[in-house]
Order: sequence, then structure tokens, then C-alpha cells
Amino acid sequence: MEPINIVNSIITPLDRKNVDTDQIISKEFLKRIERTGFGRFLFHHWRFDAQGNENSDFVLNKPEYQGSQILVAQDNFGCGSSREHAPWAILDYGFRVVIAPSFADIFHNNCFKNGILPIRLTEIECDEILAKGLASPYSVEVNLEAQTVVGSDGKVYSFNIDPYYKQMLLNGWDEISLTFQYEDYIKAYEDKRVAF
Amino acid sequence: MAKNIVEKIWDSHVVYQEAGKPDLLYIDLHLIHEVTSPQAFEGLRLAGRKVRRPDLCFATMDHNVPTKNLPTINDPIAKKQIMTLADNAKEFGIQLADIGHPDQGIVHVIGPELGLTQPGKTIVCGDSHTSTHGAFGALAFGIGTSEVEHVLSTQTLWQSKPPTMEIRVNGQLGIGVAAKDIILAIIAKWGIGVGTGHIVEYTGEAIRNLSMEERMTICNMSIEAGAKAGLISPDQTTVEFLRERRFAPSAESFDEAANYWLSLASDTDCTYDVVLEINAEEIEPFVTWGTNPSMGTGVSKTVPTSADYTSESDKSALNKALTYMGLEEGQPISSIEIQHVFIGSCTNSRLSDLRTAANIIEGKKVAPGVNAIVVPGSYSTKAAAEKEGLHKIFLDAGFEWRESGCSACLGMNEDIIPFGERCASTSNRNFEGRQGAGARTHLVSPAMAAAAAIEGHFVDVRKYVTQVV
Repeated sequence: MEPINIVNSIITPLDRKNVDTDQIISKEFLKRIERTGFGRFLFHHWRFDAQGNENSDFVLNKPEYQGSQILVAQDNFGCGSSREHAPWAILDYGFRVVIAPSFADIFHNNCFKNGILPIRLTEIECDEILAKGLASPYSVEVNLEAQTVVGSDGKVYSFNIDPYYKQMLLNGWDEISLTFQYEDYIKAYEDKRVAF
Repeated sequence: MAKNIVEKIWDSHVVYQEAGKPDLLYIDLHLIHEVTSPQAFEGLRLAGRKVRRPDLCFATMDHNVPTKNLPTINDPIAKKQIMTLADNAKEFGIQLADIGHPDQGIVHVIGPELGLTQPGKTIVCGDSHTSTHGAFGALAFGIGTSEVEHVLSTQTLWQSKPPTMEIRVNGQLGIGVAAKDIILAIIAKWGIGVGTGHIVEYTGEAIRNLSMEERMTICNMSIEAGAKAGLISPDQTTVEFLRERRFAPSAESFDEAANYWLSLASDTDCTYDVVLEINAEEIEPFVTWGTNPSMGTGVSKTVPTSADYTSESDKSALNKALTYMGLEEGQPISSIEIQHVFIGSCTNSRLSDLRTAANIIEGKKVAPGVNAIVVPGSYSTKAAAEKEGLHKIFLDAGFEWRESGCSACLGMNEDIIPFGERCASTSNRNFEGRQGAGARTHLVSPAMAAAAAIEGHFVDVRKYVTQVV
């Protein structure tokens, strides 16, 4: 996967909580057997009406947010289904960073496997960034190494991240290759494993 | 030191441990289905990797499969995905319950039926409802496709040990109140994020009294409370369910296995990071009115009003949900009319679910204007139900009796609820568009779904079951 460290972009303010993975990528698009090409289906039923016309009120369709690489939302982002098609769609659309007060566990894990940086900020900080982004296009610089989000107005937000996953993202490591280095431990475990 | 079941299972599966890293955990059982596996197998091929332990994998098709007119699959993309799983299983030597095979069914129904699911195992699947298997005292959780590939290659996963949460359900459940109502009440009470980052153990008298199938319903929806996994300590009910199942330990080693399983139960003086309690007596048959599983209430109640919420974001969420659902604030739940009934899904499609629903509808008719379908969770369940004549009861009442699969729970096949129409569903998610674009889902127990089918709107099922029990 592609390493990630610094991302400088306007934010896309998705002012909703409990955004579930059914909304991120709807079930009719899960039948493809590829990993790529899901971006055009991202948030399909919010972006388009039943006739396939663009819904101009939806944030992804607004001209001022085009080209954004940073999605900001409210609490419990990515809840529900384990479908990795959700982060694939987010990445393929062009986002590299998702900021929210909290993430559902499986979605959070899936991000790290795909070079997407999920950032937890407090609810107050997310509300503040959302408000700024909704009022007028708001740019920030995300710095993974420094663990900061710095707004174009100079405001600095700091975040925590598990050091293991930080290294994975900074280096773009393939986790399976890493695990193969522990082959002796796996073999030893299998030799003593109790199975009925 | 006293340990809870999560700690016992976790500690016995650590392959490698180092400060500053997640633990490397061994995986005992990997269940595979057609939707979340093709990219993982392709990843193996591209890297020239093998499946490390095909003997610890079991695959089936469930999400996409049609539930009528089989073996024809009309959707070419779905057909390709299904064929891809068959090809991958063959290429990598993985056991497969193919379409038409007597073992085929929803992956979370067949695992327990076949006795693959056992206490103390670590079980994963590229599906969030893998938590179902926790009913047996297994540590079971859903994973993404990259993790599926990792397990196929290494039979392990890097995992940070999550904090534990006890949800204690005290007292006795009322007649006509189901396991589904317990879990919907839990999620409504504490919210869909309450379990985030935690593994939940369900305890208490009401849980202990449940059958294995009812326990599966509870653990199945742990993910709807945000939990990484949900489980129940094994007891004699667990042991008896597994006796003589095909993949369960043989007669010679069964007692030894059973003793080991029972030893995994949480120690009486163990502790948890969080403890929540609810009384079973306060739970009534539940109906969801909104667009996530926490938006539910008792059947005797009304749809909430904005005055019930304090924060602006909650008021806005209520407004969005009611607009999507086509409901009014303060509307009685019993006034909600339905056009569809779906009895099925990994939450509620097992034999006891079908028996309960059949009991309610026996000798009655589906209300005019209501389309009702039953989709048994597996071919084995279907055969068992037919042996008892349950299919005749459903057919006589005007239900359709379908083949097995995930079906209208997520509508990946043709079983879709039309735009703007309303479904009483025994499944697990009422998200926008879950059962079809614009479809309105109300989550209920099988008994409540059956009663709604007869009356055409939600009704307190207890008025039916007092005579039955």
C-alpha cells in the first residue's frame, strides 16, 4: 500500500454521526471481485436520487469541496458491515484521511490495511472543524509523523495513534510479509496447540 | 487469579507478544463466503502465497444466492462472484458447501449446525455478524478482506486485546418476549456505540435460561452495539447442543472436550472493565422505528418526539430517520402498517425461530396486501422444518417458502423491498437502503413478524402466545 505522512487539502464536512458502511458503499456494488473502481459508487444513495440525478445538496456534489482528500464526520463513523469495499471506495474516490470523534472497530482496522489514516479528535474539535468547513472551504495539513492537524487559520489539533499502525502507514508495509518473519513462532504454537 | 472467558481464550491463543505491538493471535476457524473473499484469494495468487491451513477453513455461498428458481442465477455479476468462490475453494483445497449441497446455508447458521463452532475457539469471517458464534463461548469476530488474506496466509491476526464489558440480564423474560427483544432493548437503552472497542460477555439469569439458538440471536447483534465480539460462557446447554454434531469431537474424546469447554466459563470472582445491567422483566416485544438498530421501542409505545431529545444532533438524527421512514413523531407503533414480512437472516432463521412463527400463524392468513416470505437459514434447517410440516403451515397461511440464503436481510439477490414500502423483518439492520433503495425496515422477533403478517400492522404478540405456551 502507498505510504502516507503529510496530506494538505481542503476538508469535506460530512456533518452526520453513525455513518454506516451500507451508506458508504451500498450492497448492489459489492458483487465485483476487484479491489479498485469503487470510488464512483461512494455514498451512492446520498449522491444520487432514485432516477440517478445528482443531489446538489449533498456535500460531495458541491463544487467547493472537489479534490478534497480529507473527510470529516461525527461519532461512530463506519459502523455496521465489515465490508472492506467501504475503505476501498473512500480511497478510490480520493480521500486519504478520515477525521471523526470515534470509529467502528472493523472499519478502523480496514483503514490501516489500505493506507487510509483514521484520526480521532474530540467531539468538540470535530464540531469546530465541521463548522469551519461548512461556512467556507477550510484547508488543513495533516502530519502523521508529528500527529497533528494544522488548520489554514493556524489552529493546531493533536491526535493519538497506535505506534504499530503509525509505522505501518508511514512505511506502507505489507502486514503479511511482516508476519512471515514470525513463522517459527506460528509453527511452535501449532505444535503444542490443543484441538479435539 | 480469576479470569473472565475473554481473558482465558485470548491468553491461550497468543502466538507472539511484545511490548508496543498488538498480540499475534492464532485463529482456529476461518469461515469464508463469496462477497468478502475474492480479493483476498487474488492477493494470494499475485504474491504466490498458499493457504496455510486449508483444514481450518470452511466456505459457503450465502449473500448473493437466489432463494427461488435455483439453480438459475440471473444476475451475471453475482454468478461470477459465486463461481469465483467455487474456483478458489478448489484451487486452494478448502472445504466448500456449494449451491445445492445439503450443508449450504448462511455461514453463521451452518457453522454451529455442523459443530464447527465450538467453545474456546477463535473464529473469524469476513462478515460482521461473526459475533454469532460467541453464543458457544468462542471468541468470534468479523474482519475485513485484507485480514481474510492475512488469515489465509498465516492463520494468525495482529490484535490488541480489547477491554471487556459485562452485560448482565437479570430476572426472567416474560412470555412472548424473545431473545431478539433482549438485544434490541440493550441497544436501544445504551446506543449503537456502547460496545465500541469492547468484547461483551452476556451474563445473568435470563441469558442462562436461553437455548443455544436464542443465545446466537443475542450474540449475532453484538456488532449492532458496536462491540468487537459478544459471547456467553459455555454451560451444559452448550455441551448438549454440540454432542454428535458432525465436526464436534467424537464420542471417545467428547467428555474430555466438554470438561475443557466448561472450564472456560468466566470465574465467579472475575472482573470486567465495564458492567451494565438490565432487568428482563422490563423488556417487552420490540419494534425499531428508525434507521439504526438503537432506534427502537416497545410495541405498546409511540414513535419518539423531538422533545424526548436534548442535543441538536439527536433531534436532527430523529428528523432524518422519520423522514426516511415516513413516520410521524408520537405515532403509536401499533398503527404502523406493513407491506412485507421477512422471516430469515443469520439473526433469526433457525428451526426454533420458524417453529415460533409457525405457532402464531397456524390456521390464520396473511393480511391482504402483505407479501410474506420465509427463508430458512440453511438447507439443513429447511429439511428439518419440512419434516415437521412447518412449510405447510406457512404456505397455507399465504407465506412463500424459499430456499436458503441471506436474502432480504441485505437484498444482494432479487429479494428486495421496493422503494417506500415497509417491511417487518427478523434481520439485524434497519439502515437506509439496507433492504433496497428507499425500503423501510422495522426489526422485530420472528413472533412479532408473524403477528404483523396476520394483522397487516404491528401488534403485541403476547395476545397470541398466552394461549400457545
